[in-house]
Amino acid sequence: MKWQMLTLVGEDQPGIVAQVTDALFRGGYTLGEASMLRLGGNFTIMMMVDGGQSEQALSACIAPVAEKLGLRLHLDPIHGGLHQHRVPNFQVRVNGADRAGIVAQVTGLLAESGFNILELDSDVVGSQDDPVYIMTIQGYTEATIETLETALGRLEADEIDVHVSAIETLIG
Amino acid sequence: MAVLDILKLPDPRLKEVSQEVERFDDELLAFIDDLEETRQAGPAAVGIAAPQVGRLQRIVIIDCSTTRKPVPNHGRLVLVNPEITEWDGFELGREGCLSVPDYTGNVIRAERIKMHALTPEGEPREFEMEGYEARALQHEVDHLDGMLFIDRLVSRRTDLFQRKVYQKGGKKRK
Repeated sequence: MKWQMLTLVGEDQPGIVAQVTDALFRGGYTLGEASMLRLGGNFTIMMMVDGGQSEQALSACIAPVAEKLGLRLHLDPIHGGLHQHRVPNFQVRVNGADRAGIVAQVTGLLAESGFNILELDSDVVGSQDDPVYIMTIQGYTEATIETLETALGRLEADEIDVHVSAIETLIG
Repeated sequence: MAVLDILKLPDPRLKEVSQEVERFDDELLAFIDDLEETRQAGPAAVGIAAPQVGRLQRIVIIDCSTTRKPVPNHGRLVLVNPEITEWDGFELGREGCLSVPDYTGNVIRAERIKMHALTPEGEPREFEMEGYEARALQHEVDHLDGMLFIDRLVSRRTDLFQRKVYQKGGKKRK
């Protein structure tokens, strides 16, 4: 298997996923893990595609549908592959009045604690006049919850509300 | 005693509804020993249900006494014909399953439950469970009804998730 990371971004409209994946299916490609999300009115796709042939062939397969849908296309050959999941053991939730630097401050302190971010979702909600930033992070670290809480506690002075909780994944 | 084979997705038997146990005999006890040995042989499972080894009967084992951070629990429980009678509250948590290798995801479960079941000898028992133990029991009882946690997955961006952020944040603030 030779995986490529296919990135597609463009103005959201119904039918993007169906048309893109149909073109890949007809081209004989296999899909792996993917993240597809509407961000700020755009639709974004990051998808592992088994590019059995060449990068050029995959690009030629997807370019017509991308052009038709107004999507910008990017391809990267990648190392790694499927079945490399890591299970997060901590979750960090953040919210506060939106301002520059929240993500950098929070993730900077996490990085100092050896925290490996596996997933990060963020959104700006509230209203135009009073925007609120909400972020949830899931990741893995050997550090204790006390260490993380102490590190992130430094943000209280900045009126950023941060809550750390351990994730005990239930296997049953 | 023996370690039994775990059925894995997409085995159709995992989607079947299991039958109530009617015979409480030595054969049942021997099977329960095997089921427990199978649970312990795998990757740190807090629970297992009989249909996961292909026996479509309403038998589960849970043991929440060995979590990394201690949680309220009743020790190791072997529960025959378990039935949940009351559900209260809801909570998001991450689950995986011996029958669904290499995947974990978020599932909403009741925070507190009341349930009754029979012991392996057929004696009635009642329990009130909360949090992680309640989650484990709901996960296992789902197996008896042909449901897997992947049938209950919720989006990472689920609304419930964000409301909880506000609640917990609000309480913590000094």
